Amino acid sequence: MKFPLSWLKQHIETDATLDQVVDTLTAVGLEVEEVTDRAKELAPFTVAHVIEAVQHPDADRLRVCTVDTGNGITQVVCGAPNARTGMKGVFADVGTTIPGNGMLLTAAKIRGVESKGMLCSEREMGLSDEHDGIIDLPEDSPIGAPFAKLAGLDDPIIELKITPNHQDALGVAGIARDLAAAGLGKVITPEVEVLPGAFESPIKIEMKLGDDVADACPYFVGRYVRGIKNGPSPKWLQDRLLAIGLRPISALVDMTNYITFDMGRPLHVFDADKVAGNIHLRLAKSGETIDALNDKSYDLDDQMTAVCDDNGVLGLGGVIGGVPSGCTEETTNVFIEAALFDPVRTATTGRKLQIDSDARYRFERGIDPAAVVSGMERATKLVLEICGGEASEITTAGAQPEWSKTVSFRPARMQTLGGLDTPAEQSISILESLGFGILENNGDTLEVSVPTWRMDVHGEADLVEEVARIVGYDAIPAIPLRNPAPVTRPAITPQRRRMVTAKRVLAARGMNEAVTWSFTQTPWAEMFGGGADALRLANPISSEIDIMRPSTLPNLIDAVKRNVDRGVGNVALFEVGNTYSGVKPDEQQVVAGGVRRGESGQKHWSQASREIDVFDAKADAMAVLTEIGAPTANLQTFVEAPDWYHPGRSGTLRLGPKNILAAFGELHPRILALMDVKGPLVGFEVFMDNLPKSKDKASHNRSALVVSDLPSVDRDFAFVVGSDVAAQDIVRAATGADKKLIADVSVFDVFEGAALGEDKKSIAVRVRLQPSDKTLTEDEIDAVADRVVSQVVKATGGALRG
Amino acid sequence: MDDIANLKQTLSDSIAAAEDQAALEAVRVSALGKKGQVTQLMKGLGGMSPEERKTAGPALNALKDEIATLLDSRKQALESVEMDLRLATERVDVSLTPRPESEGFIHPVSQVIDEITAVFGDMGFSVAEGPDIEQDFYNFTALNIPPEHPARQMHDTFYLNDTGEGERMLLRTHTSPVQIRTMENNKPPYRIIAPGRTYRCDSDMTHTPMFHQVEGLVIDRDINMSHLKGCLQEFTRSFFDVADLNVRFRPSYFPFTEPSAELDIGCTRNGNSLTIGGDDWLEVLGCGMVHPKVLEYVGVDPNEWQGFAFGMGIDRIAMLKYGIPDLRAFFESDLRWLRHYGFSALDVPGLAGGLAR
Repeated sequence: MKFPLSWLKQHIETDATLDQVVDTLTAVGLEVEEVTDRAKELAPFTVAHVIEAVQHPDADRLRVCTVDTGNGITQVVCGAPNARTGMKGVFADVGTTIPGNGMLLTAAKIRGVESKGMLCSEREMGLSDEHDGIIDLPEDSPIGAPFAKLAGLDDPIIELKITPNHQDALGVAGIARDLAAAGLGKVITPEVEVLPGAFESPIKIEMKLGDDVADACPYFVGRYVRGIKNGPSPKWLQDRLLAIGLRPISALVDMTNYITFDMGRPLHVFDADKVAGNIHLRLAKSGETIDALNDKSYDLDDQMTAVCDDNGVLGLGGVIGGVPSGCTEETTNVFIEAALFDPVRTATTGRKLQIDSDARYRFERGIDPAAVVSGMERATKLVLEICGGEASEITTAGAQPEWSKTVSFRPARMQTLGGLDTPAEQSISILESLGFGILENNGDTLEVSVPTWRMDVHGEADLVEEVARIVGYDAIPAIPLRNPAPVTRPAITPQRRRMVTAKRVLAARGMNEAVTWSFTQTPWAEMFGGGADALRLANPISSEIDIMRPSTLPNLIDAVKRNVDRGVGNVALFEVGNTYSGVKPDEQQVVAGGVRRGESGQKHWSQASREIDVFDAKADAMAVLTEIGAPTANLQTFVEAPDWYHPGRSGTLRLGPKNILAAFGELHPRILALMDVKGPLVGFEVFMDNLPKSKDKASHNRSALVVSDLPSVDRDFAFVVGSDVAAQDIVRAATGADKKLIADVSVFDVFEGAALGEDKKSIAVRVRLQPSDKTLTEDEIDAVADRVVSQVVKATGGALRG
Repeated sequence: MDDIANLKQTLSDSIAAAEDQAALEAVRVSALGKKGQVTQLMKGLGGMSPEERKTAGPALNALKDEIATLLDSRKQALESVEMDLRLATERVDVSLTPRPESEGFIHPVSQVIDEITAVFGDMGFSVAEGPDIEQDFYNFTALNIPPEHPARQMHDTFYLNDTGEGERMLLRTHTSPVQIRTMENNKPPYRIIAPGRTYRCDSDMTHTPMFHQVEGLVIDRDINMSHLKGCLQEFTRSFFDVADLNVRFRPSYFPFTEPSAELDIGCTRNGNSLTIGGDDWLEVLGCGMVHPKVLEYVGVDPNEWQGFAFGMGIDRIAMLKYGIPDLRAFFESDLRWLRHYGFSALDVPGLAGGLAR
């Protein structure tokens, strides 16, 4: 919504400055988006008199002008063909920036002749593309006067962002009402005159909508005006429209646009001679088309409200009119339409056809149902004034909807809801100035009638807002919210804390946190165990993000690729976020996923770097699990892992055989090839939701520290086992040999070689014995060692390496 | 007794003359070893008369102690010299870089969520969560957004495929559905924030199809707009670390609040740069008193309970606080960006130590 200040002042008598107007608009909830003050921009440009213009001695096309600026005489070299002695032009002094080209004027010598200042063209002023010559002002223009005022450009233009509830502010008159209520001045919107009709309208209106869709157009008012003369509209009207960016077309069209912005009341004018028979309202039929006034043609469907004559559709109710019945220079008889159209149907039609018209914008927000006839009267008056002619009586179909609403309002709610100590009398006077009526006043409670232009007001809270916005939200005191607990309690659940911890663990391990889309592309989703139709977007903005991700990995892998393409070799990225296995809330999982590529560290003088491998991914997964409190001692590594990992270099970490807490491994080279990433890459996924729920009130007690001062004893064993035997099984068997004495078993060597035989490997473990009550004797140590060997042999089928 | 004096002199000379540890050890053995001279003399004490022993005993013991002390101090002197000699050969180029540690960074979105949580946590809020894939009821209907509202159209909301089973699901367009889920599943009073991912069909210079919001909801018996203003004033001042930050409310409109407001904070604009604090205004969030209809939808009696709600763009306030220019870069995972705008793992936001360092 855009209007020049002068337009507003036709509706409100005020001494307020532009700044006061702007501040008040914002304060009452009519947000000012932009103020264009041309007078300020054009201030340096003044009227000047060219005392003499003579030929430049050294240039055919240049003239040397002696100019009276009203502030002294100066010399300007000018290239315009129309620069001539005695003319009045627009002068800009040295130091001015030219709006049309951003050039700063300086004193210069042009072909040896001094030039101080400039005589400007319209293009240089940023007013039009006109650059055939300098601006030629009327002879009586006062020398030294500001050009902006002379040209009627000193009218600031205010642009508002109107919230959807304030349809009343989509006309300048409504805006003036709010400002007056806020104390800025007095409403002076002229009363609407009721013009008598001289004859009966030869065109009638018929409702043919059918009862079930009668609300598509509950009320339609028409009037015939004969003997008019269309032509360009008067300058004041053209200036108004130009100021808000509308192109003047003809008096009839400009008049409807003017009332749309003045009253928020869209209208339409038909060339009555092009209307066949009466006008009727119905829904369009599929297959019908309209050649609309925006020079586009549209296919209609049977849900759109059509304004028709005997030959077909004339216009789309509330959206746009048609070319064939439109007014032209030759139009002599017109039929004016003022109607009510259903907001939802109007919005739907406009959206389907992608027509954004000023009429649709207002109808879809709901038009004042009581302003149909008054809109018609305003239109008639303007037509008669500008185009002459004689008006018929008003003809109507349907009826003005009975709209009345009463809302109970307790003035005390200003305090208890709004935080404002507004006295009841002030609330009443504000409501009345906004057009609300006080039907009953029981002291504590008022019965308030709502004006027809405020259909958005439904309840008491709305009235609190009405009063509060006029009083001003600045008056609401800020009272800090008290924390009911004397000491702050945890704000996050233990589950959520795990997410925070996981992120910080991984960052501490040198990985960088990425936030990637929750969506991915279907082929990738399918490669990572997803791809269900139910998770595909019905309206994706791109095929690259068209489905909810089943895993965090594909987007991370793609992010690695983008970094590699930029020349970064070593990449470590992670994301802790949601994955989706279905559309239900419990089918959304939290997963900490990460991907590494390249070498373990940058090249350094002191150490060789090493290529990232599956054990880096396993370490990442284990680190997360440890820090978020998974029972890591009970974790088992399974070789089975999801398909997107390398089958021989991946695994899962489980609690029991079924509950998978994490997967890790080298990513499958085939998938990397399909995703066009240079591998190898390793990755992991920690399925945070699969962890045992942490207790809300866990004990913070640690178990008692048990240490022994007796020396521990280490014994090393090497076993030759089948190459498919897992080291984990050897460790577990050895540990089980004496649960009391054996404190630790660790693998310190893995060897595969021909000497061991086909499909064999050697695994060496160090077993630490920790006595608790007495030093071990050699015999006792040997006995445990024997048990270690026999347990491992039994569990793995291997043998002690000789 | 002269023997003892002589021996002492001889041994002292030998100790002083010992040039290295081996020579010193040889002196020690010759004096105090099993067959050393002092040891031999000590052994002779057994054959002496008590009278002789009375004078010879202490004298020999004194000799033994003196020799031991001399040996010890000579040993320390020799060691010190040897260490100096060794150290003179041990030199490295300390200008070399130490071994690299790989440092990773926390994304600004996570950091800012932790900061927001710290501030609201101190005001007694707890964090609530809800699903990204939502039902129409939670995202729109229960928030008093009518079926014909433009926001429900395909050009604003991402819908999931209609599989014919159950209703058509959508991606939440704001975090407000968490309000509804919280009130549906718990009894009042409520004091929650709900940070999370939100989605809209939008992609241009300043919009991304996914972004982050934080919702706030306070419902109690005696909450009015003053508390809304106070709560958000304290939050913005703490979060942006500007103690006297200007804060103003403007009337606005949201279907789920009445009265509704937008919150502006003070800023300073200088060309293209913007700093928080100052006399110009910058819009940061939308808020208002929860609409009675919303409370009715979840079965909370609006005559007994009332309160406020707000919604704020997390990415946006991260950009404002940390001067990050481009929203789209948040989701591009460019390592150069992540390292530049990211946060150390140790930089955990808390109020006691200052929200941001």
